[in-house]
Amino acid sequence: MSATKKGVPEGRLRALYETMVLIRQTEIQLSKLFADGEIPGSVHLCIGQEAVAAGIMSVLAPQDTITSTHRGHGHVIAKGIDLGRFFKEVMGRAGGICSGRGGSMHVADLSVGLLGANGIVGGGITIALGSALAHQVRRTGGIAVAIFGDGAQAEGVLHESLNIASLWRLPLLFVCENNRWAEFSPTSKHFAADLGELARAFGLAFARVDGNDVEAVARETETAATSLREGGKPYVLECVTLRVRGHYEGDPQKYRDLKELAGLEADDPIARAAEALRGLPDGGEAELRAAEERVALRIAEAVRQAKDDPSPDFQQALQDVYTGVRGA
Amino acid sequence: MAGTRFGRAINQAIAECMEEDSSVIVIGEDVGAADGPFKVTRGLLNKFGPQRVFDTPISEAAIVGASVGAALGGLKPVVEIMFMDFVTLAMDALVNQAAKQRFMSGGQCSIPIVVRTPHGAGLSAGAQHSQCLEAWLAHVPGLKVVCPSNPSDAYSLFKAAVADPDPVIFVENKTLYAMTGELAVGVDAVPIGRARVARPGRDVTVVSYGASVHTSLAAAQNLQGVGIEAEIIDLRSIQPWDKEMVFASVARTHRVVIVHEAVRAFGVGAEIAASIGEDLFDELDAPVVRVGAPFMPVPFAKSLEEQYIPGVDAVTAGIRKVMV
Repeated sequence: MSATKKGVPEGRLRALYETMVLIRQTEIQLSKLFADGEIPGSVHLCIGQEAVAAGIMSVLAPQDTITSTHRGHGHVIAKGIDLGRFFKEVMGRAGGICSGRGGSMHVADLSVGLLGANGIVGGGITIALGSALAHQVRRTGGIAVAIFGDGAQAEGVLHESLNIASLWRLPLLFVCENNRWAEFSPTSKHFAADLGELARAFGLAFARVDGNDVEAVARETETAATSLREGGKPYVLECVTLRVRGHYEGDPQKYRDLKELAGLEADDPIARAAEALRGLPDGGEAELRAAEERVALRIAEAVRQAKDDPSPDFQQALQDVYTGVRGA
Repeated sequence: MAGTRFGRAINQAIAECMEEDSSVIVIGEDVGAADGPFKVTRGLLNKFGPQRVFDTPISEAAIVGASVGAALGGLKPVVEIMFMDFVTLAMDALVNQAAKQRFMSGGQCSIPIVVRTPHGAGLSAGAQHSQCLEAWLAHVPGLKVVCPSNPSDAYSLFKAAVADPDPVIFVENKTLYAMTGELAVGVDAVPIGRARVARPGRDVTVVSYGASVHTSLAAAQNLQGVGIEAEIIDLRSIQPWDKEMVFASVARTHRVVIVHEAVRAFGVGAEIAASIGEDLFDELDAPVVRVGAPFMPVPFAKSLEEQYIPGVDAVTAGIRKVMV
């Protein structure tokens, strides 16, 4: 099997490419569905950040656990959530993975180790911390991954968790998906420190990677995960990317100079992966097109099924406030 | 036979739960090597080791949040928040994470954590180490809240809390730690949500929980001399509370006083009074009276604190008010 210049096996890069295309097309579809009024509430899209999700999840084993963010569609798709039940959830349907009670910001699928996206900035970090503790105590061999945005660097729970992870040497990978925007302001207005220095201050391993280079993300995650599985110290991985869309769909982004996005096509993670694949001896446009078509078919089917799915039942929702208390 | 102290009863219950179920862990500030600030976790580290008993840094948000994650990973964390005042630092973990995981995930999981925390004034600990904040937590769908008044109930309710699949806030009144009593070991466990009649009476129903049960009993004793027989109901569980037992008693006595140490305004008493007003209005011979702390922070000076805590005189006055 041939390999790319960066040493990632060709088959693996093809899989990464297809995952990124799946995330991208899903987000584009969700944008349309939102504009059409098919999605209640708000959605936060990760267009342009697909390499972070695809790269990290390609390394994780099924027993590894992750927590995600309000901008978490990419993470949950790459971790292996059922696509049909994902669409149903985001559209608030009965067959959604969370029965329509979670929505875009709270997608969880425990069967694939997805402990939940989280509507609270930094809210998933301590949950991943506890999950890592459970991996350690129960000797599962798994690791936990806390994915958070650059805005969460200012939350106290991150600092508490870096400290405890270090003290207890937990199998925990902190991933800062730095898209350079925290809601409506640039990261420079939110965080005075350098994450690498912060990680080192707590005695943790640190790496910063080009978050739009899926091969680099996968490679750095592999290094981190291998170290963690061998009992190495907790790891902080910063993936530097760029938010392409607004904070939420429909955000007019008046606070932002959109010149920042000029020339982005060249840095687009999917375009970069495609370029790497084209450079291979047996690469070629036909393979890339075939991947896109497979993805388009999957999404069309998922959307069709979601649109046909009924609304959730209120009495059933009431029953899950507590365990085993029916109609309380 | 000498009785068991309240704190010791909880200690025994924790140890037995840990023996019975290897997924039960203890986590909190100084719960291990230091035996816990009120010695409730005494000896557990020695007995069960550092992979079952975790001394944490002073990071309440992370401790409770991590317990949610640990619960998702198959453990049953027993968390200690050193003073109930400090739940403020863990409110996201309790309210947005622990309470909602089951609901938001569509029932994919339960969060079997027990959060032990001492509340109450009486030690001149000041405004930041004395509060009774149970009403806040009882207001959150997904949380359960219990508050025992004696060693035996503490022992049994703790076991019920650990056995419960959902997050339970286990509130311990600090002034009860030294109280002794016989443990009802082997008798049916106290289920969450079930009150008890601490003293039967025909004239007035006094609903209370925690240390205020003893204040209410003392007031009832005083009033016996003037021919008033008060029935004291010890709620034991605040969320859910035993509506059935309270309503049955009110239907017999037709008069109600609700007593708690927490401030009266927007409190547990307000919820109970409103429920009685909604469902039992025709049974009442007098307006429901609430006895609770005044709307002020808990003061420090002994003389101030004594006036702050609703005492026997306040409960007695409350009962006399509904007897008019």
